[in-house]
Formats: sequence, C-alpha cells, structure tokens
Amino acid sequence: MSAAGAWARGAALSIGFVFLYAPIVILTVMSFNASRLVSVWGGFSTKWYVALLENEQLLHSAKISLAAALVSATIATLLGLFAAIALARFGGFRTRMLFFGALHAPLVLPEVVLGLALLSCFVALGVGRGFVTLVIGHVTLTMCFTTVAILAALRDFDRTLEEAAMDLGATPPEAFVRVALPQIAPAIVTAYLLAFTLSLDDLVIASFATGPGATTLPMRIYSQVRLGVSPQINAVSTLLLALVAVALGLAAAVSWWRAGRNSSVKIATPAPDEAS
Amino acid sequence: MSGRRRLSLGERLLLAIPYLWIAAFFLAPMLLVAKISVSQSVLARPPYRPIFEFSDGPSAIWDKMQALTLDSYRALFSDTLYVESYLSSLAIAAVSTLIALIVAYPFALAIARAPERLRPLFIGLAVAPFWTSFLIRVYAWIALLKDEGLINNALMALGVISAPLQMYATPGAVIVGIVYSYLPFMLLPIYAALERQDPSLREAAADLGASPAQTFLRLTWPLSREGVVAGSLLMFIPAVGEFVVPDLLGDSETLMIGRILWNDFFSNHDWPTASAAAVALVVLLMVPLLLWERARLKEEEGAR
Repeated sequence: MSAAGAWARGAALSIGFVFLYAPIVILTVMSFNASRLVSVWGGFSTKWYVALLENEQLLHSAKISLAAALVSATIATLLGLFAAIALARFGGFRTRMLFFGALHAPLVLPEVVLGLALLSCFVALGVGRGFVTLVIGHVTLTMCFTTVAILAALRDFDRTLEEAAMDLGATPPEAFVRVALPQIAPAIVTAYLLAFTLSLDDLVIASFATGPGATTLPMRIYSQVRLGVSPQINAVSTLLLALVAVALGLAAAVSWWRAGRNSSVKIATPAPDEAS
Repeated sequence: MSGRRRLSLGERLLLAIPYLWIAAFFLAPMLLVAKISVSQSVLARPPYRPIFEFSDGPSAIWDKMQALTLDSYRALFSDTLYVESYLSSLAIAAVSTLIALIVAYPFALAIARAPERLRPLFIGLAVAPFWTSFLIRVYAWIALLKDEGLINNALMALGVISAPLQMYATPGAVIVGIVYSYLPFMLLPIYAALERQDPSLREAAADLGASPAQTFLRLTWPLSREGVVAGSLLMFIPAVGEFVVPDLLGDSETLMIGRILWNDFFSNHDWPTASAAAVALVVLLMVPLLLWERARLKEEEGAR
C-alpha cells in the first residue's frame, strides 16, 4: 500500500469517527456545564444530576421504561428463539412464507404504521391502554430483531454436533438444549440486549400503545426536547449513554474472554484466510 | 433444508406460540388498518364506521358492504398535503441515502483495509452509537445546529461568518439527522461486501498494470455493489417513514409522511384517511423491497 493510500485511509477513519462521536461527546460535556446555555461554559457542575433525583415524574417514567424493557425483552427473546427454531429446523411448513414475511415486516415498516395499527386494534377491542399494551407493542416491534439475530446463529451452527449427541442416545430436544443452545447462547444474549435497548429507546410505538400512568422515559424526554435543549435532559441522556457504554464494554469483555479461551482450538484448525 | 414434513406435537406448539403472537398483534392490526381505510369517517370513538361482524345476517353484511368506500383513497390523491409529503419524504430519504453512501463508503473501505486485528475494534466502535438511544442522538444535534449552537459559534469565532446560519429547523438539518442516525445501516453491508474481497485480486490487478483508480472502479466498486444496494435499501426504506428526526430537527414546513400520519391519528381523528395513507405507504415501501428480493433470488438461482 502506498503512503498516500494509508494517509487517505487514516483521514476516512478520523472523519467517520469524529462524525459519529462528536455529538455524543459534546452532549456529555454539556451535561456537566453549570450554565444553562449551550454556548457558554459556566464551569463544571453536577447540579443537573442532582436536579434529576428530585424530578419525580422523570424517575417514575424511568422505572416504567426499565420494567417494560425487562419484560418485553424477555418475552421477545423467547418468542424469537421459538420462531428461529421453527424457521431454521422445520423445513417448508405450510404458510411459512406468511410467517417469515410477517416476522420480518416490522424490520422495514415505519414505526408509525405499526404503532397506529396497534392503536386501532386496542381501540377496536376496547382494551384500556397502559403498561400491558406497552409491553405488547414492544414485543411485537422487537421480536423480529431477536428472531433475525438468533436465526443467523442457528444457521451457522454445525448440526453434526447435535447429530453426534443423538447417536450417543440423546433425544432431539435434549440434543438441542444441551448441545446447540450453549453454542448459540451469545446470540441469545445479543438478541436480549438488542430487544432491551430498542424497548428502552422507543418513542413511537410507546406513544401509540401506552396510556396515562405508563408514560415512558423517551416520551418524557421527547416532550421536554420539543421545548428546546435542557440541561436536565443532557444529564438523563448522559446516564443512558453511560448505561449502554457499560453494557457494550461488558459484552466486548465477555466475547474477548471467550475468544481467548477458544484460541487453542483456533490454532489447531486455522481458518483458510489465516493460513494463507 | 428438508422439504415439507409432518411436525410433531411439540414442534407444532413451539411454532404456534410466536405465530399466534404475530397473527394477533401484527397481522390482525394491519388488516384492521386496511379495513378502516375503506370505512366512512364518523365523529365517534372509534372514529370510523364498523364494517361487518360475523354475527350479522347476510342482509346486514350487504348493507354494510354498501357503506364501504374508497373515499379515503380519493382524498389521499386530491389532498395536496398527502401527495406533497409523500414526494418530499421520498426526496429527503433519497438525498440522505446518497449522502450516507458518500460518507459510509470511504469509512467502510478504510476499516476493511485496516490491519486484521484492528478491524473488529473499528467496526465495533462504528456500530456502538447505534446501540444508544436514537432520540438522544437526534437531540444531540439540536445543540450543534441551533442559531446560538456550537457550529454557529465556532464559525463566528473563526470569523467565517458574521451572522448565525439558519441550520436548525431546515430540511438540511433533517437530512443530517437521518444520515447520522442511519449510518450503521449503510456502513455494515458495505463493510461486509468489502471485507469479503480477496486481496490477491487487487494484487493481480496491480501486477497487470492497473492504476489504483482503475482497480477501484473496475474491481473494488463492482464487487461491493451488492453491499451498496443492501445498505441503501436498509436506510432508504425506514427513512421514508421517519417521524422523530423531522419532528425534532425540521420546521413545520418539512413535510414527511410519518409526521402527517402521527398528527392525523393524534390530533385530527380522521382515521380512515390516515389508514389509507398508511396502506399506501406500506405498498410504496414494500414494492421495491419485493423486487429486490426477487432479483436476488433469481441471481442466486442463476449462480447455482
């Protein structure tokens, strides 16, 4: 590679990362700004974080959002696992195309459309909207993501291992649970985290699906943001960013640790591109 | 994959659980929207006329069938608000997709050509913001783009401009917001396509006397086209129906269909027209996707 090429690659990387991270870094810095104004640095202060602790409404919404994310991610991961098993293992069952299409549609459908469909459904059934309908909305939104994540892992998984277990006397469900499941566990964890963050973050579906008493954190942030930039929102945002950063850091550490543990196996069977 | 076979009871149960969920909370609501889109608007709650129920006798069903109407669809085409917002949604999404491609391609290329042990770190760092809140990432841009925001301040301090540029609450701000929030959708497929390319192909091209520009235009770019198409679709389709970005970064003149639908449902209560607009949007977005899927399947069959 020429020096000019290396220089251009470095520039592309720098521009890309600055574009991606500058707004986030600035937001974080601003949350510690004593001044209300974006343009004035009034000194370092944690007063906006202290103010958060006294904001009952915001804390209540944060609890609702966390609870909804925990419950809906759990259900969505289970449903996604079942759906992925069916799609990967059951062959061409009748109405497979319908199932496949309906599962993937929310991936590309505008959230507004899914939201208004759910709202009309709840209204038509006369169901009162609240926490339960919120969870239903989030499961419906996120289960397509969990299905896709788990399905990819199941397709990559070498079935001969499972067949070996069955040759040794395991029943098919036993072989699946004891051989395949541990192997696809990282994908299941990823799916859960994905569903959790999507639910925690969702504004559109929540606005349609929830009711009074179950206002989520993004809905509160949204209504505040419409009034302009506010230091308290900077502080909430920074906390949410930190939460995700810690989760991602943990996930990276776990995968690094797993890779380290498996490295002896890798050396025994070098991948084709490593051998060349 | 094995062909059609009889499923055991356990397998049926396993399939039934996610299937029922999807049928109850996705398929049925979507059918309901289609149904509302052909009913008459009434001032009631729910604000549309019921169509038919199974308990109705044949004559009652016939009466209600008479009440079905395509008025909502007619309204959609005669109301310039809808037509204009569809067109402007498509335009904003298209421009955003193009800009994202221009930003993401060199970025993806640089990551794909980085030393192999650094690639996972780089791609991880590039995707990490995607895991953080969408709302917060859009919100972060307000502080940058406002009249008294950081970009204007910096430009004025440097003496580049004397008065603040109006950036916030413009279509340009919406495009920046969409590019920023959907960049990983574009980046990942392009990176995947570039990373797969065999480096020896480029060496061969260089050995045969191709300049770096020729190698790029005749080798790297054509081989990455699949990633470019996938990334563009993954970004364009959700961007058309985007609500949060135009609502927070655009002004009231920035018409996007997602926003119109939101307002129709929450403030105007004209559910039949909004439902018709939703159905039209789904059709509009699904057609290119189905065409792409069919072309891909054909290509796969051709490759076999």
